Amino acid sequence: MKPAAFEYLRPKTLADALAALDHEDAKIIAGGQSLLPMMNFRLVQPERLVDINQIEQLNQIEKTDTGIRIGALVRHAEAARSSLLAEHFPIIAKAMVHVAHVAIRNRGTVAGSMCHADPSAEWPLLVTLLDGEIEILGNSGTRSAKPFEFFLAPLVTEIEETEILTAIHLPLIANPCRMAFDEIAQRAGDFAAVAVGTLVCVEGNIFSEIRLCLGGVFDTPVRAFAFENALIGQPASVESIEAALPLVLKDLEPNDDIHASAAYRLSLVSALARRVLFDTIDEMM
Amino acid sequence: MSYKLKIALNVNSESFEADVEPRMLASDFLRDELGLTGTHVGCEHGACGTCTIILNGVSVRSCLLLAVQLDEANIETVEGLGTTREMHRIQHAFREHHALQCGFCTPGFLITVREILDTLPLRNDKEIREALSGNICRCTGYDHIVKAVRTLVNERDKRLNS
Ligand SMILES: Cc1cc2nc3c(=O)[nH]c(=O)nc-3n(C[C@H](O)[C@H](O)[C@H](O)COP(=O)(O)OP(=O)(O)OC[C@H]3O[C@@H](n4cnc5c(N)ncnc54)[C@H](O)[C@@H]3O)c2cc1C
Ligand code: FES
Ligand code: FES
Repeated sequence: MKPAAFEYLRPKTLADALAALDHEDAKIIAGGQSLLPMMNFRLVQPERLVDINQIEQLNQIEKTDTGIRIGALVRHAEAARSSLLAEHFPIIAKAMVHVAHVAIRNRGTVAGSMCHADPSAEWPLLVTLLDGEIEILGNSGTRSAKPFEFFLAPLVTEIEETEILTAIHLPLIANPCRMAFDEIAQRAGDFAAVAVGTLVCVEGNIFSEIRLCLGGVFDTPVRAFAFENALIGQPASVESIEAALPLVLKDLEPNDDIHASAAYRLSLVSALARRVLFDTIDEMM
Repeated sequence: MSYKLKIALNVNSESFEADVEPRMLASDFLRDELGLTGTHVGCEHGACGTCTIILNGVSVRSCLLLAVQLDEANIETVEGLGTTREMHRIQHAFREHHALQCGFCTPGFLITVREILDTLPLRNDKEIREALSGNICRCTGYDHIVKAVRTLVNERDKRLNS
């Protein structure tokens, strides 16, 4: 239960961090809340550990021309407390309550969650739901990726070992929209059996935009496109939602594992989808 | 690849310098190098909470932290809370309410409570239980721990309102 030996580097700039990653078997440590458990179990034994915690420019949450940029090292607890995020994306604070426990939220980071890519994790679901962009720095410069390109499989993303996730960009959302999030886990702070987030926009009493995103159901977060497409353009009412809801479950074959059976996940999806959608309607009407 | 790095840190208002192997966990450093065995180790993968310490003002798991990461840090462990003769109010409340039996989990609970009393409203027992969900106790069944925290929250709110 102790990590194997490794070389430890603590760069202060992104340039130094990139240089430190130029090694056969280097790994970034951010919050260490997923990596260190795996190193303690010796499931992961990097030869070199690159600690990015001292790179101050990765700590910021800031407004840009198009949205909000959340720096890689922003901790779950900081995101939950951010007034800028509360103003534009109140759903984030609601979701953060469900991420692990107080002490882990104080340390774990946005980028670490994205790169760890647990299928039940809250950040991957939020960034998928909010149609965010992932900013990645490598030796040839900065590139960006969309969540559906970034997440490949449970605990697998397309980021290279020599690259650094530097920030998440969330595009601003028009005013008449509401967001809601909820999840069911066996115990408070556990990874969710199922998590659901939604974004609902109404214009002139019509659903003008609907997004529904499911976590914990598949290998990566997924949008319920059939349901979304059926509801867009319908009168904004509880009845329209009820009529379209069965489409959320259409063709859905959830994971079946020790945390929850597929059948249980199906019933959770249905209950949580109804709950979050009605939450947004309650707020609007 | 066994080599050591120098760290300088402050623990419970005392300065320390040490040479540590990069792979040494902060929990092992506190216990084995500094002799501060109040910080317990239960699982070493972040699940039990008994190794919780305060790092630069916020609670963290010391088993998910490297000793080298304590360089230039301010640390508070359960030893900094109070002594047997002069207990901290949180320790008193735990004692009054029989909030411990074997005591293995207690250091982690005390440190967690120290933080959440300052940061969370803890309006009802459900919120208290949620805030304590990262700390596992095998003995008490939690009821008495919740009662101790409820007492502390009531005292806090009374102080804030007066
Ligand atoms: C008991 C427990 C319960 C938990 N429950 C939940 C939960 O309910 N929901 C949840 O979402 N999470 C949960 N977590 C995980 C927690 O949220 C972690 O903080 C998160 O998954 C990883 O973030 P980190 O900053 O700690 O990353 P680290 O552990 O430092 O790193 C994780 C991975 O990401 C890579 N990485 C980190 N930062 C970067 C970067 N900037 N660029 C490129 N690669 C990078 C690392 O190399 C490593 O492979 C739990 C953890 C524990 C111990
Ligand atoms: S020993 Fe650190 S959480 Fe269990
Ligand atoms: S008192 Fe024994 S584990 Fe909590």
